[in-house]
Amino acid sequence: MTDGPRPHPYIPNAVPAIKAAMLAAVGASSVEDFYADIPASIRLKRPLDLPAAIESEAELVRHVERLLARNTSTREALSFLGAGCYDHHVPAVCDEINGRAEFLTAYAGEPYEDHGRFQALFEYESMMGELLERDVVNVPTYDGFQAAATAVRMAARITGRRLALLPATMSADKRSKIVDYVRPDVDVELLPFDRSTGTLDTAALRARLAEVGADVACVLVENPTFLGTVEMNGPEIVRLAHEAGALAVVSVDPSTLGVLAPPSTWGADIDCGDIQPLGIHQHFGGGHGGFIASADDPTVVMEYPSRLFGIAPTSVPGEYGFGDVAYERTSFAVREDGKEWVGTAAALWGITAGVYLALMGPHGMRELGETCMARARYAMTRLAAIPGVRIPFRSTPHAKEFVVDLTGTGRTVAEVSGRLRERGIFLGFDLSREQPSLGQSVLVAVTEVHAQADLDRLAAELEEAVR
Amino acid sequence: MTTEIRPTVSAGLPVAPKPLPRRFRQASWDEPIIFELSVPGARGVLPPATEPGITALVGDPAAELPDGIRRTAPPALPELSQLHVVRHYDRLSQENLGVDLNIDVGQGTCTMKYSPKVNDRLVGSAKLADTHPAQDPSTVQGTLEIMWRLERFLAEISGMERVSLQPASGSSAIWANVSMIRAWHESRGEGLSAPRDRRRDEVITTIFSHPSNAAAAKVAGFKVITLYPDADGYPDLEALRAAVGPRTAALLITNPEDTGIFNPRIEEFVRVVHEAGGLCSYDQANANGILGITRARDAGFDLCHFNIHKTFSTPHACGGPGAGAVGVAPDLVPFLPSPTIERDADGRLWLDHDRPQSIGKVRPWYGITPNLVRAYAWVMSMGAEGLREVAEIAVLNNNYLMAKVLEIRGVAAPYATGKRRIEQVRYSWDELSGETGVHSEDIGYRAADFGTHYWTSHHPYVVPEPMTLEPTEAYSKADLDEYAAILAEIAREAYEEPETVLSAPHRSAIHRIDHEPLDDPDRWAVTWRAYRRKHTGGA
Repeated sequence: MTDGPRPHPYIPNAVPAIKAAMLAAVGASSVEDFYADIPASIRLKRPLDLPAAIESEAELVRHVERLLARNTSTREALSFLGAGCYDHHVPAVCDEINGRAEFLTAYAGEPYEDHGRFQALFEYESMMGELLERDVVNVPTYDGFQAAATAVRMAARITGRRLALLPATMSADKRSKIVDYVRPDVDVELLPFDRSTGTLDTAALRARLAEVGADVACVLVENPTFLGTVEMNGPEIVRLAHEAGALAVVSVDPSTLGVLAPPSTWGADIDCGDIQPLGIHQHFGGGHGGFIASADDPTVVMEYPSRLFGIAPTSVPGEYGFGDVAYERTSFAVREDGKEWVGTAAALWGITAGVYLALMGPHGMRELGETCMARARYAMTRLAAIPGVRIPFRSTPHAKEFVVDLTGTGRTVAEVSGRLRERGIFLGFDLSREQPSLGQSVLVAVTEVHAQADLDRLAAELEEAVR
Repeated sequence: MTTEIRPTVSAGLPVAPKPLPRRFRQASWDEPIIFELSVPGARGVLPPATEPGITALVGDPAAELPDGIRRTAPPALPELSQLHVVRHYDRLSQENLGVDLNIDVGQGTCTMKYSPKVNDRLVGSAKLADTHPAQDPSTVQGTLEIMWRLERFLAEISGMERVSLQPASGSSAIWANVSMIRAWHESRGEGLSAPRDRRRDEVITTIFSHPSNAAAAKVAGFKVITLYPDADGYPDLEALRAAVGPRTAALLITNPEDTGIFNPRIEEFVRVVHEAGGLCSYDQANANGILGITRARDAGFDLCHFNIHKTFSTPHACGGPGAGAVGVAPDLVPFLPSPTIERDADGRLWLDHDRPQSIGKVRPWYGITPNLVRAYAWVMSMGAEGLREVAEIAVLNNNYLMAKVLEIRGVAAPYATGKRRIEQVRYSWDELSGETGVHSEDIGYRAADFGTHYWTSHHPYVVPEPMTLEPTEAYSKADLDEYAAILAEIAREAYEEPETVLSAPHRSAIHRIDHEPLDDPDRWAVTWRAYRRKHTGGA
């Protein structure tokens, strides 16, 4: 047995002899000497009130695993939850690469000792650029909410206008983020959706632009919409925005772009969205990263707050180097005179999404999009056959997610979800709170991980649950 | 007892111990851009094929999409077999350093401490990684319990009433605090939409606080006033007194500032701002040296934030995901981001979305959960004594390293001369630069040749030719000796053979970059497609 407390394994200089030698080396009698500037009035005169330390790794593992054991994962249950966070398959290689210590434990290195992350993130930008058919893509910002909020601010700065038109289908949470982020410089108005198609009401857009078009900085639409519908009027919406002198911003799910035309082909000005579907686990909502993309127009490029890694020559011919494009626009360079701010965001998820796109390739992304569409359509068809269950926007194409209206069953989403949960199924995201006009509706997400048998099971169990 | 090993030299045998600095050589794979590795037809991973039973019922919905909506040609992504994807990224990883590989004391302000492997393993569990944030709370009580407890740990560490773990990072947490400050004044009729004479539209910060304090305040609609240090390096109290007034919304300040100097008049700063009717928000990015020593609330702050990826050990991940936490005094609790995690009488945890004064969402869902669980596990491995030891050793390491660095010719630690520092120091190579023509950036490029990272400071360079070192608690005495030896060697080179430093790096993955094209719209290239268009005629 050792005498006295054991040195903490994460604190090498906690070894008493070393600590004493270091104190002696700097002529300090104790660590108290270093805190001389902190007035006694604000010194904490008691130990922090925290649980006793769990010293051994073995006990720590047991402790945390016991807590996590209270969770039911989407590997154990059959989950159709989406609403912005999706259960796509995560290839093993994605976890392998983002678990590598060289990437995981690095930070803000220069292009010399951290050339690897610069190239990996440049390649992420480049592969997203191919998916989106864009020449400029940022190093990821926090998440798709932030990407959309920043895209709105970019549009306001570029146009010098202060009104943003957003779809009323947008999730309440995303709208909350955008409204909080853009005030007081930008006002937000919601555009209604067509009750038969579940897509933007273009007549309402046209009418509103006729009234206030000269104030509109951007029209932002989502593809697919939060309700899962493919925005069939995308090209027309972009045209209408441009006629009013506004920018068109499209928030797009990148996992759908193997089959859906990228917004750039509609003529959109700024794309944004979330990369979580690209090889990143759901992580209880902790796996998000945001992309912003545009044409290589300096007027737009200079409005990005994010870092943009560009390729550059080195002193050795043929060698690739990388660095920040137009660094002087950032808050790192010029504080509040920069464009919004930049900081630690989601770089490793960017590298991961790059790995995913490299694994999937052009045909993998096409097949992914095709199979999600087919599976979603299959599920819609099966569920629509259940008495009292309605699929309100069934005539509109859907990419992977769709609304199921349970109002006709006489039961609430909460009730039905609860019954299905007991049968090991997570039905979907309850829309009744944020889209009350849709009644007792739930958003059901189907991806490539759901086999036909899973969808048949969902149909059978839902039929039971709504009885 | 430690036995001192003396260098021994025998003919033909190695010298022991190894001399410092080490003869590092980074992997240099000359790796092509991934598009150059593409082999048409190759596949890296196959998604499930659609079952015939599905196709029989619904056909191929994608094929039915109309023109303009359907993608006509597949995206021009590279095509690689799986090994080749793995090899490419493994090679790139070898051209990257991290805490696990280098003595990462050179990224001051960022607290590059060790991230325990066990915590990475714990959060890789499907019980966390494969859970959805909209699951019924009854199915995620474990995660909610961990988050609820972590909130209480951080409330105790800061002295604050309540904590939200929603922010994505330090800057995201600064934003949350600025947004709460804005909402609080708004609720009292003194917000940005109030009449001119009642409007509080000014935020005060200091130049040695992170640039995001100033930048986030500006985005929120505030005018930013930046205070500079007085002659001793402390934030200037007289300048603060001159700056506050009826328009003051808040003070956003770091302490210790990025110089590692603790502001001993911090209570006075807080009082001056409070008397003017403003709020005080504490950027605790630099909390690592004061855990268990002093607390935000005890100095009178109304709000504070922590960088979970700094102080609480989660990996920095090449620049995120990190995680942030905000803590507030009782009056500001209603303004915290939504939802909050609540515990009912039965002990069950639930999410409260019904909070009318809340600023709403800072990010999707509830926070960067994997990092919150890592942070929880880390605090549990420490306990109160451990956290205090973290602080004390971090500060001891810093003062030890400072003594070693200040022995080197040409370097100084401006301000508070002769005094101790807390957890980091912003040094200046001004003297060396003036005498040799070697700049701080050059020293950083040369540091890469010795297998280490090095950073100057945020801009503007208030301290000329800056270098910011923060040794945290994670590095050993031998590590610190080695880092100091590297700096000493580079300083020697600067005086005796400056060209060696000015043409560095020599043993890194790549050589010195020509940055000019990166500021030229005609030449910059943020994607490979832009590069090919601009530089290879589209080939």
